[in-house]
Order: sequence, then structure tokens, then C-alpha cells
Amino acid sequence: MESVVFIFSLIDCCALIFLSVYFIITLSDLECDYINARSCCSKLNKWVVSEVIGHAVVTVLMLLSLHWFIFLLNLPVATWNIYRYIMVPSGNMGVFDPTEIHNRGQLKSHMKEAMIKLGFHLLCFFMYLYSMILALIND
Amino acid sequence: MAQPARPAATYSGQNGAGQQPYSNGPVQNQLMHSSDGQGYSPSASGLYSHQTPGKVPPHQSSGQYNYSGSQNASPLNNYQGPGQTLNRPPVAPFSGSPVQQTGPVPQGLLPVLQNSAAVSSSGSFPPGASPPVLSSWQYSQAPAGQPSGAHGMGTGSAQPPASLSGNTNPPGSYQYAASPGGPPLQNSYMNAGSVPPPVTQPLTPLHPPSRPPLGPPPLGGPPLTRPSALTAGPPNTQPLLNSAANQEGDATSAASDGSVVQNSYDAIEGGGLMATPHPSPGPPNLKMNRSVGYSYPTLPPGYQNTSPPGAPGIQASALQYPDGSKHFHQPAFGTNHLAASMGSLSLQQEGLRPVNLIQERNILPPTLLKAPVPNLHEEIQKLNCNPELFRCTLTNIPQTQALLNKAKLPLGLLLHPFKDLSQLPVVTSSTIVRCRSCRTYINPFVSFLDQRRWKCNLCYRVNDVPEEFMYNPVTRVYGEPHKRPEVQNATIEFMAPSEYMLRPPQPPVYLFVFDVSHNAIETGYLNTVCQTLLDNLDLLPGNTRTKIGFITFDSTIHFYSLQEGLSQPQMLVVSDIEDVFIPMPENLLVNLNENKELIQDLLRSLPQMFTKSLETQSALGPALQAAFKLMSPTGGRISVFQTQLPSVGMGALKPREEPTQKSTAKDIHLTPSTDFYKKMALDCSGQQVAVDLFLLSGQYSDLASLGCVSRYSAGSVYYYPSYHHKHNPVQVEKLQKELKRYLTRKIGFEAVMRIRCTKGLSIHTFHGNFFVRSTDLLSLPNVNPDAGYAVQMSVEESLTDMQVVSFQSALLYTSSKGERRIRVHTMCLPVVTTLSDVYVGADVQAITGLLANMAVDRSVSATLSDARDALVNAVIDSLSAYRSSVLSLQQPGLMAPYSLRLFPLYVLALLKQKAFQTGTSARLDDRIFTMCQVKNQPLVYLMLMTHPSLYRVDNLTDEGALNINDRTIPQPPILQLSVEKLSRDGAYLMDAGSVMFMWIGKNCGQNFISQVLGVPNYGSIPQNMTQLPELETAESVRTIAFISWLREQRPFFPILYIIKDESPLKASFLQNMIEDRTESALSYYEFLLHIQQQVNK
Repeated sequence: MESVVFIFSLIDCCALIFLSVYFIITLSDLECDYINARSCCSKLNKWVVSEVIGHAVVTVLMLLSLHWFIFLLNLPVATWNIYRYIMVPSGNMGVFDPTEIHNRGQLKSHMKEAMIKLGFHLLCFFMYLYSMILALIND
Repeated sequence: MAQPARPAATYSGQNGAGQQPYSNGPVQNQLMHSSDGQGYSPSASGLYSHQTPGKVPPHQSSGQYNYSGSQNASPLNNYQGPGQTLNRPPVAPFSGSPVQQTGPVPQGLLPVLQNSAAVSSSGSFPPGASPPVLSSWQYSQAPAGQPSGAHGMGTGSAQPPASLSGNTNPPGSYQYAASPGGPPLQNSYMNAGSVPPPVTQPLTPLHPPSRPPLGPPPLGGPPLTRPSALTAGPPNTQPLLNSAANQEGDATSAASDGSVVQNSYDAIEGGGLMATPHPSPGPPNLKMNRSVGYSYPTLPPGYQNTSPPGAPGIQASALQYPDGSKHFHQPAFGTNHLAASMGSLSLQQEGLRPVNLIQERNILPPTLLKAPVPNLHEEIQKLNCNPELFRCTLTNIPQTQALLNKAKLPLGLLLHPFKDLSQLPVVTSSTIVRCRSCRTYINPFVSFLDQRRWKCNLCYRVNDVPEEFMYNPVTRVYGEPHKRPEVQNATIEFMAPSEYMLRPPQPPVYLFVFDVSHNAIETGYLNTVCQTLLDNLDLLPGNTRTKIGFITFDSTIHFYSLQEGLSQPQMLVVSDIEDVFIPMPENLLVNLNENKELIQDLLRSLPQMFTKSLETQSALGPALQAAFKLMSPTGGRISVFQTQLPSVGMGALKPREEPTQKSTAKDIHLTPSTDFYKKMALDCSGQQVAVDLFLLSGQYSDLASLGCVSRYSAGSVYYYPSYHHKHNPVQVEKLQKELKRYLTRKIGFEAVMRIRCTKGLSIHTFHGNFFVRSTDLLSLPNVNPDAGYAVQMSVEESLTDMQVVSFQSALLYTSSKGERRIRVHTMCLPVVTTLSDVYVGADVQAITGLLANMAVDRSVSATLSDARDALVNAVIDSLSAYRSSVLSLQQPGLMAPYSLRLFPLYVLALLKQKAFQTGTSARLDDRIFTMCQVKNQPLVYLMLMTHPSLYRVDNLTDEGALNINDRTIPQPPILQLSVEKLSRDGAYLMDAGSVMFMWIGKNCGQNFISQVLGVPNYGSIPQNMTQLPELETAESVRTIAFISWLREQRPFFPILYIIKDESPLKASFLQNMIEDRTESALSYYEFLLHIQQQVNK
């Protein structure tokens, strides 16, 4: 059972890592002017919800399987994701808004955020991997 | 961290392929910067702010160590570092009088001697000499900084050791800075020295001895041995020195590294004391250069005398020192001519003179405030861009971000790029000369290295001059590229060849979308609009290709077929508003000239067609979609007339305003409630369609949401609250006038604008109506001459080796005649290194304008009260920074630099403006409309709107009058906006930009009433008078001349309201009395006291 939980988390985490990388690549494309703000934002906004869900699922899973440490580790990030999604002003076109992304250093902060998440997911990845192996051995 | 990051950033900036390399640069920098910022800034802040101009980058020092005997160097440094710090403290207290300076000097000599010893020991070879340089730089800083601190004298400060000293006694160095700035001190210097460029003088006799070691090493040394370091070298060592020379001088040599130093040195030496033989692109080139900073002056005889006759090296250095100091002044003083420097000295003093705001009641100048003149050499300034077109909040650009942060003033540009100009040079040429790497257009501030090469003033790349450019069409002379109109005019328009077109230039296309619901018909606006349109049909900008079309909508959408051959227009109704389609492929947009009669027919019949309509719904969203579909193949302008909240179909909105809601409430709805209109705007923007919104509404119409459609498609918003053809004739007249201007004004289609700035500066936020398509590219489907823009900037990389920076805005558009044109404005500003200089150059109007823009953003993204707090804090922060960092004597009262003396007043005016006021139950739409105006108005009108001008007009005289074309225009002084200034027996004119009020006092002289207003007595002045009769009397002629002169200065026609005590408009008049207390806002004096309290805390 334990191992199944971690195998699932591992897969989910991989997906999140890929997503983070995708975010970073797309944002840096925008930075370098390879794509315009409109298409960049519509690309990214599509995946924001999946990211929120993907991460929330792992977090809940950890809570259910009573892995307190990992749960607490994930909680702030999951909360931030949800908060960010909810707090989008009604007039904006999503978390990434093409009319504002070039203003007030938003691009920079989005980029930073994506980087931090990438790092976080990588950390989680190895944690899940370790736990999974441990669980498999114990089984 | 910082080091590796920077090269990378610059590299990409320069080499980033083709299109927008420049844009890439800054962004990357931003990224880097965030991480390395901490490491970098502490030292930087220490140094730059106090001692400044010295621009030896850290790496240089290390470089020197490597090359020279490092053992030698380090002990010296170690030794001297402390020595210096010791020396300096005593200096500080003495800074006041020149006489006392001698104190430090003897002490200084000791290290100096050692230095020179070091020099000689190492054979006075450049490499060997360089380590002592470090120390002596440092050393000299103290003395140098002292007399001339205000001008950012301290030479080599940027070196690491310098930072140490800088940090050790910041207060001291601050005091230096402050004291010379103060008028009295400077005067005393002058007396002592009795030499025209007063500040520099005292230095020379005292310090040359300490300098010698300094001079030669940086000069001779690095160049010879380490070409690579050189490029950086010369500018570094003589920071401001060369800048003039640098600009060009080092440009000259960019090609061959070795010569770089050479040239600039030559320049510095003013005819080559140093004259070392060098590969000579240099000297000849120099002559070619038009001087940007300005050419190096010959030394005053006094200097030569002071140089101790010693080793040649020493002599040279001694000479060089005064030069250096002299040069340092340049940014501050602006001109090098003796006479001019006297003049600019007083100017400087004026700029720096602290003003006690609490005491000076009459602070408002009697004439309109002019933009400050950048402190540049007059020849450069002569070429500079007109401040009405291009303005910077700080006309002295701070060298580092740290310095900028310290000043607590926003750095940004305010542009009015498409302003109607009476004189505009237009260049037609098959090749437009641009920098190959950053794509900057050639402009007056580039430097020509020789006839064949020019150096970009933004990215410093050296470019070739194309063959064609060698011929000057104006003078018809070959071989004078620097006299071409492109290089003689900061504002110029190019006819763009086909490379600048993605598609053939579009024809002018105008689509009018009218709301014809019951509510709209009630207001009767259609009559006015159709009539105005009929009158101006021939004046619409365009050519034979002009197309025009009409759509009307209520709960359905009506199209009008204007097919040739029809006897009357044919209406097509589309009732499917969920999925809008275009009923016929053509004839909905038709050629204006070929179908004029049909169009006139339609315009005549349109107002009557819907008089019986009972439909109350409004399907604005679908109508916009239809209009977009109709326009998307060509692009063009959609003018939407809307009178109520859209209620059906896509984009339907719900009323959000609660009538009882006080605007102090936390969550007033300033943000759009749906993203429909924003998406619509972006779609439009992508197809080169702009949407202009005319909102004529009695009730709440959610302008916050609707406005988005114009905001992001580069349209404009007009708002006529409570418009009614009978009940509100004033609004009718306003609509007529504004619509006339709107229809006939110049228009540019499918435009993009790019704002470039010198490497090191980066633009991070944009204000105005447009869509920011990529980092620095603004997409403007339409551009009109009444739109202003603003951008905020930051200093990404220290502007160490630059004396001036440039900004260029390039607007590429298709004119209504179908030509592709590029309008380019270039502005050049000096870089300064001290806080006091930053304050001297502050442009209070531009700062206010930019703050207003930022406050709008803030109130939308956070809350209104946040925005208000931020405005007040801007004043408090800047004044306390000034107080603590620049002022030497802590005087009681609220001290402000002269340049910022109106800052609190303007900010108070902003706080009382409709956009930001609290307490009153201002209608939400009113407030949002004002915010739109803040964002979209050019600075001049924004300032008039914020702080109107008040004149007394019942006693106009010809005294001091202007004479223009045989007309005498009286110039009454501007009065403070306080009821205290109004007297019952006078008449006052308030000019608020788009409106004017003339308030007639109850006991106004009978003379004025009958001679100017043309009525027998006060009681018989009509309630809604908006025009002055043209009477034969002298008073009438004067008044009318004055008012029409005011009107002529702006493109639109401000309506004059003549108001009496009981007029309903009196409230709007009195609301502009911003110095007075209102129920919810402080008076000016109270506001000052509040600020004082905060500043002195």
C-alpha cells in the first residue's frame, strides 16, 4: 500500500516537474520575444489548474496516508497555488495576464516562482523515490 | 555573482540577434540583478552616493594587481587606507572654508610621497604605478570631494578600497556634498579662488601634489600594457572627465582597443602633454566628433603654473588633475565656458537652494512652470528633444540604482510622441540608418568616429555610415554625414521603405457603432453625433481609399448596406447575438468618396429611425464582436457610442455601484468585472483595430470594465455623464467640440512604438493605452495626437563610464494617406553621481505625472487608500531623504530642494483630484474616467487638470503682454488656488485644460460686466453662458485675446463656463481650489504640517 502511494506520488511529481520546466521554457521564450504575450499566457493559463490539482492531490494523499512530514512540506506550496488561483482579479485572463505580464517585473517574479517550484518538486521527487524504495524493501 | 552575471547580460544585449536585442538585454539583467543585487549594491551605494564619479570598476583594480608587482601594491594600500580614513575626519568639519583645507593637505603629502616613490621604484611604468593609484585615488578623494563634493567630484571612488573609505565616514562626505551646494559656500570659494569656475579652482593649488602619482598611472599605464582592460579603462579613470571626450573619444577607438585610451587622453590633456605616439585613428577623429559633452577646454593659465616642475610624469598628472576636476563639474555645471559656468552656477544654486515650504506661502510661480533644462552643453541642449514631447522625471540621471533609491524619486519618461507639430523634418531615403545591434535610429547624440563610422549612443556599437548617408541633401554637400537632418534634429520623421511593412499599408477605415436602445434615443445623442459627422465627413483624415461603415445595436445588431446603386441604405438585422455573423461580405464598409451621398443619407435618417424603439436592452458585447469581424481584414478604428450598462449577450455586466456607498469604502470596484472586454481588445489589437469608447450615460455603466476595450486596443475614452440633449446643453456642446476634434485629428494606423534607452537603463512598467506586445514593443493599432504615455525605468547596471544617456522613442505608423512613417524622438540627459545633483534636476511636473500613473495602478491592484498613502509617502520620503542626505544644516521647518518646492502642492492636488479623492460620494464612473485620463493624457494637460491655473481677468492690462502677430495678449499672473485669493469684486478665469471656468464675483466691477460680458448687470448674466461676446471695448478685446491664446495652445477646444455664485458649476470651480480645506481633505498648510511632522520624525 505504502509503495503504491509513493509510486503514484512519484509519477505525479514527475508531471509537476515537467510542468515547471514547461513554464520556465515558455516564460523565457516570452522574455526572448520568441512568442508574444498573448499566446504565452494562454498556453500557461491552460496548465495552471492542472498544476493546482496535481499538487493538491499529492498533498491530500500524504495527509490520508499519514505522512505528516511530507504533508507539511507540501502544504505551503499547495496553499500558495490555490491562493494564487483564487486571487486572480475578475478582469484578468488568468494567473498569467498578457496585459500585465510585462509590467512591474511580473515576468521576473513568475519566472522566479517557476524556478522555485522546480527546485521544490525535484526535492520532493527524491524524497518520494527514497520513500518508495524504502516501502518496496519493507514489503 | 555580479561579475559573471554582468558580462553575460551585456553580451546578450549586444549580440542578441537582429530584431530586439536590446529588449533581451534588460530582461536578463533583471533576472540576474535580483539575485546579485544584494552583493553588489551595498558597496555601490556606499561609494557612488558619496564620492561617486570615480568609475573604476572593481575588476580594474584586480587587473592592476595582476600586472604589477603585487607585493608592492598591497602594502601601500593597506597602509594608506587607514591613513586616509584618518585624514578625512578632520576634513569634514573644515569643509566650510577653503582656508582650512590646507589642514588635510600636508597630511596628504605624506602618502603622496610614498606613492610617487612607488611610482619611481617601479620605474614609473604604468603597470607598476597602478597600485599606488589605488591608494592615491582614495586619498585624493577626500580633498577632492570636499570642495566640489556637490558635483560628484570624488574621482576614482568606485574601487573597492574607496568603498571602504566611503563607508567609514558617510556623514562627512555628505556634508561636503551639501555645503558646497549651498550658495554661501560657493561664493566664498569664488572669492578665495577668484577664478571663474569657482569650485574647481581652490582645489588645484592644494591638491596637485597629492595627485601626481595618480595621474600618470591610469593614464599611461593600462593602455600600453593591457589593451583589454583599456576599453574600460579610460572612462573609468576619468569618469566624467572625458565623457565628452569619451563619448566620442573612446568611441573613436573602440575599433582598436589600444587607441582608446589614447584618444580620450588626448582630449583630456587638451593638446597632448601626454602625447604619446599612438596608432592614430584618434586625433583626427576627434576633430570629426561633434562634442556630446563638450570639447575639452584649454587650461586656465593658473593651472599650468601650479603644476610643480618635476618629473614629466608628475607634471602631466598635475595638469591632469585640474582637468579632471574641471571635467567633473561638467555634468553638474553643464557648460565649460567661463561665462556660462557663472551663469549655470547661479542656476545650480537656484536648483539646490533649499526652500522652507512652511514659511514661503507664495510658492507658486506667476507663470506656467517650465520643464527644467537638462544640464548639458548648450550645443547639445540645442538639439535636444522638446520637453513637450519627451520628458524625464529626473533631468539628471542618477548613476546607480542605489543613488536612485536614495533619492526616493521615481525615474521615468513621459511621452507625447504623436503630438501635432508645426515643424517636423521629414526624411525620405531608401536606407534608414540604424544601429546594427540595437536598431537605434541615427540621431543627434551619436558620435562620428570618422566619416565612415558612427557609434551608437545607446549600445555603443560602432556602425558604418552607408554611402548614401554621406551626401547631405539639405546642403548638397558630399562627405558631411554629421550635418544630415537626421543628425541635426532630435525629432524627425522617416518615410519608411517596404521593409517596414508586414502588409501593404492599410486604408483608413472608420466604423461607427451606435447604441440605439430606448435609453440612447432618450438622450438624443444620435442627432448631435450624426450632425457632427455629416459636417466633418470631408475632413476625416484619409484619401481616396477611406472606408466607412455603420452598425447600430440594441438587443439586436443592425448593419447598413451602402451598396452602390441603392437608392437608400439598406438595414440588415442580425438577431442572433449568441453567435454573431456578418450578414453580407461586402458593402458594409464602403468607400467614403464613392458613396458619399448614400452615407449622408444614412446619417440624416439615422436619428429618426429608432425614435419609436422600446427596446431597452443593450447588446454591446455582440456588437463589438460584429464590428471586430467586420474590421479584422483591414484594421482601423471603431468608434462605439454607448449609453448604458450592456445587458445581454456576451459581455453583459451587472451594476456594481451602490448608490449610498461612500468612496472611502474598502472595495470600490475599480477592477473590471469580466475579462471579455480585455480579450476583445487584445483580439482587436492583433488585427490592428482600435476601439474608442464614447460613454454617454446617466447611470452607472461600469466604465471599469468597458474601458478595457479601449485601454488595451490603444483607443481613447470619452465620458459624458448625464448626457441629455435638452437638460444638459453644456454636455452637448462638449460632445460636439470633442467629437469634431476626434473626427478631424490626425490618426496613425497599425502602429508600434518602441522606447529604447542607453544600455544600463531598463524600462519595467508602461502606462497608457496600448498592449505591451513584447518587452519594449507597444502595440498601438491606432495612434492619435492627444495620447500621452509614461514609462518607469530602473538603473540595471551602473552608468559608470557614461556622462550622458539617451532615450529614443520610435513610432512606426501608417498615415491616413497610406504612407508608412517612423517618427523618432531622441532625448539626451546627463548622468550625475551625487544626490544633490539628482535633486537639482528633478522635474516636479513629470514626477507628479508619473506618480499619478503609478497611483492609478496601485488603486486598481490594491486599494484607493493604498494609492493615496503611496502618494503622500512619495513626498515624505523624498523630502526626508533630502533632509538627511543633502542638507548640511538641520534647519527647522520643512525644507525642500528648489526644484521640488511644488511637489507637496501637486501631490495634494492629486489627492483632491476626482480619481483619488475620498469622502465625497464621487460617482464610480467619474472616478474611473479620471483615472483613464490620468493614464492617457499628455503631461501638460494632466498637470492643468490636476492643478488648474487661476487668473484674475477683470483688470487685465497690457503690461508684460505678449505680442504675437500684432495681437497683444495680456499675461496676468497665476494665482494660488485658494478662495482667499478670490475677491468678490473681481472676475477670475480658471484654466483646467479641457474646461475653463470664469467666475464672476458678486460685486464685480460694473465696467467688466458690461464691457466684457455685454450684459447690463450681475443679475442678468445668463445661467448657462459659455461664450464671451466680441465687443468693441478694449477690455473685451484683451479678455478674448487672452482666452483664445490659451485655447490655441491645445488641440482641443476647452469650453468656457461663465459662472456666478448660484451656478450649479460653482461646485466644480470650488473643488479645484486645492489649497483650501474641504470636509474630507487637508488644506495645503495642514498638509505641509503633516509632512513636516513625518519628515522630522
